Amino acid sequence: MAWEALNDLYREVILDHYKNPRHHEKIEPHDVEQEGFNPLCGDQLTLQLKINSGKIENVGCWGKGCSISQASASILTECIYGKALEEVLSEASFFKEVMQGKSKIEEKDVGDLEALSGVQKFPVRIKCALLAWTTLEEALRFYEKTHVSSLK
Amino acid sequence: MWKYPKDFPILDQKIHGHKLTYLDSAATTQKPKVVLEALQNYYETLNANIHRGVYQLSEKATEAYENTRKHVAKFIGARDPSEIIFTRNATEAINLVAYTWGEKNISEGDEILLTEMEHHSNLVPWQLLATRKGAHLKFIPLTDEGTLDLKNLDAFFTPKTKLLAVTHMSNSLGTINPVSKLIEKAHQNQTTVLIDGAQAAAHLKINVSELNADFYAFSAHKMLGPTGVGVLYGKKEILEDMPPFLGGGEMILEVYKDYSTWKPLPEKFEAGTPNIAGVVAFSAALTYLENFGMENLRQHEKELTQYALGRLKELEGLRIFGPMDISLRGGVISFTYLDIHPHDLGTVLDHQGIAIRTGHHCNQLVMRRYDVSATARASFYLYNTKEDVDILIEGLQKAKAYFDRGSKKGA
Repeated sequence: MAWEALNDLYREVILDHYKNPRHHEKIEPHDVEQEGFNPLCGDQLTLQLKINSGKIENVGCWGKGCSISQASASILTECIYGKALEEVLSEASFFKEVMQGKSKIEEKDVGDLEALSGVQKFPVRIKCALLAWTTLEEALRFYEKTHVSSLK
Repeated sequence: MWKYPKDFPILDQKIHGHKLTYLDSAATTQKPKVVLEALQNYYETLNANIHRGVYQLSEKATEAYENTRKHVAKFIGARDPSEIIFTRNATEAINLVAYTWGEKNISEGDEILLTEMEHHSNLVPWQLLATRKGAHLKFIPLTDEGTLDLKNLDAFFTPKTKLLAVTHMSNSLGTINPVSKLIEKAHQNQTTVLIDGAQAAAHLKINVSELNADFYAFSAHKMLGPTGVGVLYGKKEILEDMPPFLGGGEMILEVYKDYSTWKPLPEKFEAGTPNIAGVVAFSAALTYLENFGMENLRQHEKELTQYALGRLKELEGLRIFGPMDISLRGGVISFTYLDIHPHDLGTVLDHQGIAIRTGHHCNQLVMRRYDVSATARASFYLYNTKEDVDILIEGLQKAKAYFDRGSKKGA
């Protein structure tokens, strides 16, 4: 039966984040607002960040899309909340490596993000899982451009 | 037993341990054995470049290629085979018109009339043209039922309306548009008409001469043929008046350092070595469709679609897009189910061997019109049966049960 394979993708943690997304709100004030869009499937996200002294002080994220894209966004907000930008960027690149099969999720303690490691077996869904993370990277690139000094 | 699936070797396989139930023919159809054999036979017995060799093999390859052109002309009721231009696909056929006829005939301030149900391939080329020329795009809106809202049709035609580009059958809503009436209306206004027949040519009996379409574009791969072959039909006098599209070998007559002259139709629009094998094999696909009968195909799809609409309506929380009147709908059904995202639905159905399309179907205007980001879509062809519909329904019920597991925990 193919359901066991599916359970690797749709872990209960993921369905929980999908149905009860964390930080699912607009935040005021914020320093960056970044939209992410996956034209293949129409998944979309808006990510807001409040950054203070090189740390993510607050985060808000909402959008429309499949359970994987939206759960990944919710998990992302928990992962980055209160963390230093460098740490956040390294987490994003680690997760990308996991999705590309270049790193194993067990190498780091990443909390609920671990639940997304099963997506790697579903190549067409990897983009869904990565949308929030590439949106985050874009947001931070934009922030860097406009607030260079605070990153230093 | 419906005997046709047997002609399609690909359907006889298991996906995730289940029999493959292929419900994505609006994206591309599967190919019958006779088409695969024609491809094989071409490479085994005929392969040579066409229109240039004086040797027998090249003559035979040229003849086979040109025979398909005649076959296509007959299949769609064109007056002359030279009105059939081979392209890579329907998208390229539409772009050909945009870059040649459009360059010559669209000027600043002109209007191009489209509809809100156009596939991106019959929208983006016109956006690009309008941007180059400073022309405007206008859109015929959609009714809540998913048909064209033609109440104020007269108001859309002005002396500036140079082109109407409209789909014959929507790939997401399934709607069959009254193109005959639209063409007549457009011609009264001296507006040229391009019909996107990517869906319709595969499912309906088409006669471009009776329709009086100026251009009609479609793709072989959506009608049992190989990928990489598209067709642009154009009225001879219009095609003759158009500048060439791609420049290169085979489309030229004489070449000098600073200018060249063009071959007559259809070669003027077929630069470079085309997909000879694909074009040759396309003829086998057309023969298969002729033997099946386009009227029989329409009847078969009507019955299947009617049955599927009825069964889908049994499912609580299932929303169907597009007209419910079967005379207005081809074998395409877009839907959403409860709050299960179409992608999640697609993945869970895939694990039961069921292939459906999910996403925006290159129809973002339609998605916005009905306020959804994506839908699931099941589409049928001659190899599908009521049993496939039953498998889909059962698959949807299982998907619901599967995701209910999550909501209990999450609530």
